[in-house]
This record gives sequence, structure tokens and C-alpha cells, in this order.
Amino acid sequence: MELISPGEFAKEKVQSVQDYVLLAVRSVANLFRSPRYFGDAVQQADIIGVGSLPIVLAACFFTGAALALNTAKSLGRFGALTLIGQLVSIGIVTELGPVLAALVVAGRNASGMASELGSMIVTEQIDAMRALGTDPVKKLVTPRVISTVLMMFFLTILGDFLGLLGGNVIATVVLGLDSRQYWSSAWQALEFSDVFTGLTKPLVFGFIISTIGCYYGLSTKGGTQGVGRSTTEAVMWAMILIIAVDVFVTRVLMVILGS
Amino acid sequence: MSAPPTLIEPSAAEATQPAREAIVFEEVAIAFEDKKVLNGITFRLPYGESKIILGVAGSGKSTLLKLAIGLLRPDSGRILTLGEDVTSMKEEELFDLRRRVGIVFQESALFDSLRVRENVAFRLYEEGGTRESEIEDRVREVLRFVELEHTLEMFPVELSGGMRRRVAIARAIITKPEVLLYDSPTGGLDPVTSTTIIELIIKQRDVYKTSALLVTHRLQDAFVMATHYFDQRTNKMELLPPGERGEVPLSFLILRDGKVLFDGDTQQLAHSQDQYIREYIS
Ligand SMILES: Nc1ncnc2c1ncn2[C@@H]1O[C@H](COP(=O)(O)OP(=O)(O)O)[C@@H](O)[C@H]1O
Ligand SMILES: [Mg+2]
Repeated sequence: MELISPGEFAKEKVQSVQDYVLLAVRSVANLFRSPRYFGDAVQQADIIGVGSLPIVLAACFFTGAALALNTAKSLGRFGALTLIGQLVSIGIVTELGPVLAALVVAGRNASGMASELGSMIVTEQIDAMRALGTDPVKKLVTPRVISTVLMMFFLTILGDFLGLLGGNVIATVVLGLDSRQYWSSAWQALEFSDVFTGLTKPLVFGFIISTIGCYYGLSTKGGTQGVGRSTTEAVMWAMILIIAVDVFVTRVLMVILGS
Repeated sequence: MSAPPTLIEPSAAEATQPAREAIVFEEVAIAFEDKKVLNGITFRLPYGESKIILGVAGSGKSTLLKLAIGLLRPDSGRILTLGEDVTSMKEEELFDLRRRVGIVFQESALFDSLRVRENVAFRLYEEGGTRESEIEDRVREVLRFVELEHTLEMFPVELSGGMRRRVAIARAIITKPEVLLYDSPTGGLDPVTSTTIIELIIKQRDVYKTSALLVTHRLQDAFVMATHYFDQRTNKMELLPPGERGEVPLSFLILRDGKVLFDGDTQQLAHSQDQYIREYIS
């Protein structure tokens, strides 16, 4: 390992951010240029959506249940246990559903994309693709971005529902509340802005997951070891960005939607 | 203006003439992380000629081939491929040029998520506009050329090293490119398989008259290429009579320490007095 000066290090980081932004922009720009790779997008959607479904559902179900248990403790103190549906609903739909689904998909698919594209780099398949006259960003990155964004949207909706169901199980079985009342208070608590926020986040997170996964894959250096490094970095950065951007998106949407 | 008006700038004159060389390198240099790999490489590959590139591992042979089609950018110097200045072209502009050049990578670089059929047809699918039945015919034709028609439905992992190399050649030649770049096509193969690959390269050279750069560490390969021709009647390569061996359009380029140590034909190589070359070819 050679030592590099802090200035050199900073320059390198700035360069990586630049490269990442460029890749993200190109992946979107390709949407409007032919040829378009629908087949590849459908295949990716299958890998991302179907593959991640069980774990997203499980994560959301149990988190909804745990959320209900925790809020029940505070609500009980004020004798407002019937509000549980509302609190679980807002917590899951605006925050926990999207973030949990995103973290799960980041763990599974940002790593999957980084390792797949990384192996293609080290075995010269990316060079071969360019040599055969095909743009790897168009052929490999754009379909992954489209599929991840779409699948995150649907996974989050299903995850939200399972989260509410988890809360419902606790409310009825443990707390002895009426199921119908739980659902109606959960439903009524949601305002347009909550639903809008809850469904915008997965689109942003899907974009982050796929572009980060592809960026680290395509910038892999140094053989098989490099693939391992790209994979872990991709997951780490995707997760950090999801959590940080979540705060940002929440705030921006609050301002825009005036709530 | 001090220059007389009758003088034509060399670059302008070149642009108006059809290129006589498939590939030209002019003072090309490239470094990776401050390590100079190629440093002032100049050579010409005339149309119809095959040039064998020799050099120890790490001497920049693969780098040179990648530079020729713009997969890497030189730090300085100029590269003309099929008359076009690769060094000044953008990536999107290069895609069209690359369609006229075939490259066989060192480790074949087949797409391992695709079947042999889809690997070989990759270019045709990407270009679009070719009917499915015609794609099928052409894939079968090139696979027959490399004698691997039976592997059509297999995945690359199911093939041996030699078969992968042949599929990679089939993928490179399906659009009948004007230049072929072979990166160590016999590397890591047993002598018998190596000979079948070289026979295939000679077949491509003599049947389609393609220009080629061929990287190899086996001098044996070069020797076979210099002394054989492909006989289409017997579908085999045959030994040339000694009198005709000078007529094979074959030349050699030896790289050493980032420079061209030798550039010339078989005769010149055989008579070279350079100590390093004598050791290399003995
Ligand atoms: N993409 C790259 N990044 C960094 N170093 C590279 C890269 N490609 C090649 N090199 C280095 O350049 C030198 C020449 O490599 P290469 O052209 O593959 O040699 P050869 O094919 O003659 O064995 C080697 O030292 C290699 O480590
Ligand atoms: Mg090499």
C-alpha cells in the first residue's frame, strides 16, 4: 500500500463523485435514445422484484409489529391506545416502508450489480462489449436503473401493507383492539402528502441503489479481489446515501407540499 | 503568412487520399499510474498484411491492441485505424469504426450469461435490421468456419479453453471485419489445440485477406504462419514450398521496455544481429 497525500486523496474523491454523477446522467439520457433494451429490463425486474419480495415483506411485517408494540407502551400511558392504527400507518408509509425496502434491496441488488459488472470488467467482457460496438451504459446500466426504480415502487407498496398487517396482528392479538377500527384509523390518518412522500422515496432510493451498484461495478480495478472490494463499497455507499437522502427528501417534500 | 500557398499541409493531404494502411501508430505513449508502458511506438500495418507482435509478459502487447480501437486512450501520439484518427474520436463515434474491426481477447471474453449462439450473433442483434433467419444462417456459417456448429446452444462455461477461443474468433469475424486483432490466441492451450487455432487464423488470412495484428509469446505460431498457406480444396493448411515463403504478407514487431525493438519481415528477423532478438528467436 503506497501513501498518498491528502490533496491527492481529495482530488481522487472529487473525481469519483464526478464520474458517478456522469454515469447517473448518462443512464437517464439513454432512456431517450435507441436502441432500448426492454428485454434486459424485464429480466432485471424479475431478479430485483421477485428475488427481494420475501425479505422485504418479512422485514416490513415484523417492523410494523415492533412499532405497534413500542407505540402501545406510550399510548397506553395516555389512555389513547385506539390511536395505534394512525401512528403505525404514518410511521410505516412515510418512513419505515420505503427505507426498509430500500435497505433490503441495496443489500441484495446493489451488491449483485456491483459484483456482476465487476466480474465483467475483470474478464474483459465490458471491453469486449465496447469492441463489438455496444455502449455498456446503455446495455447494462439503463435497464438496471429502470427496473430498480419500478420494482422499488411496487415492493414498497406491498411492504407498507405488510407493515400495517404486522401492526394489526399486535393490536388485535396482544392489545385486544378491534381489527376494523385499527384499519379505519390507519386509513384515515393518511393524508395525501404522506402517501405522496411514501411513494416518491422508493423512486429516489431505487435510482440510488442501481446507479451506485453499477458505478462501483464498472469502476472495479485489480482482478477478483477488486470485485469483492467494489461489492462491499457499493452496499455501504448505497445504504449511507439512502439514509442521508431520506432526510433530505422528507424535508424537501414537506416544503413543496406545504405540510 | 510566411508559408507559400502551394504547400499543402501533410494532414490535409493524407485526409484526401484513401488510406493504404489498416493501422498506423505514430509516437504513441501511454502510462498507467506513472508507469510508462508504451513510450514512442511507431509502426504501420499495410492492408492485407499480418503483423506478429512479440514481447515478454507486461511489455504492453494487450495495451497496444486496445489502443488501436480506442478502448484505451494514449497520453500522446496518434493512431489511425482504417484511415480514421482514433485518438481524436469520441466514444460514440468509435462504435461505428469498431464494427469494422474484430478483436479476440486474451481470455476470450465471451459473455457468460449468453449462449454461444447469442455471443456469436451479438453484433448482428445490436446493429438490428437483420432478419432472424438470416442471423441464424450467418451464425451457423461462422461456427462451421471454426468447426463448432454443435456448440450453438451451449453456455461458455461448458466449453474448453480452445473452444472458447474459437467461439471468440467466430464472434469477431461474423461481420467480415477489415482488420482483426488477436490477443494471444494460443496462450494457455496445448500444442495440438494451438495448431488448430493458428490454422484458423491462416484460413481467415488466406480466404478473406484480412489484415491482422497478432500477439503471441509462441515463436512457433509465427513460424507456422510464415511457412503455411490455406488450401480451400483440402480445407487444411499446407506447407509452402521454400521458394514461395517470402511472399506471405507477414511482418514482426518486437516490443521491449516500451519501445519498438524490431519492426520488419521474416528475412530481416532471421538476419538480425541484435543479441536480444537472436536469443528470442533461437
Ligand atoms: N487498465 C490498466 N490499469 C493499470 N495498469 C495496466 C492496465 N492495463 C495494463 N496495465 C499494465 O500495463 C503493463 C502492460 O500490460 P499488458 O498490455 O497487458 O501487457 P502484455 O499483454 O504484453 O502482457 C502491465 O504492467 C500492466 O500491469
Ligand atoms: Mg496481454
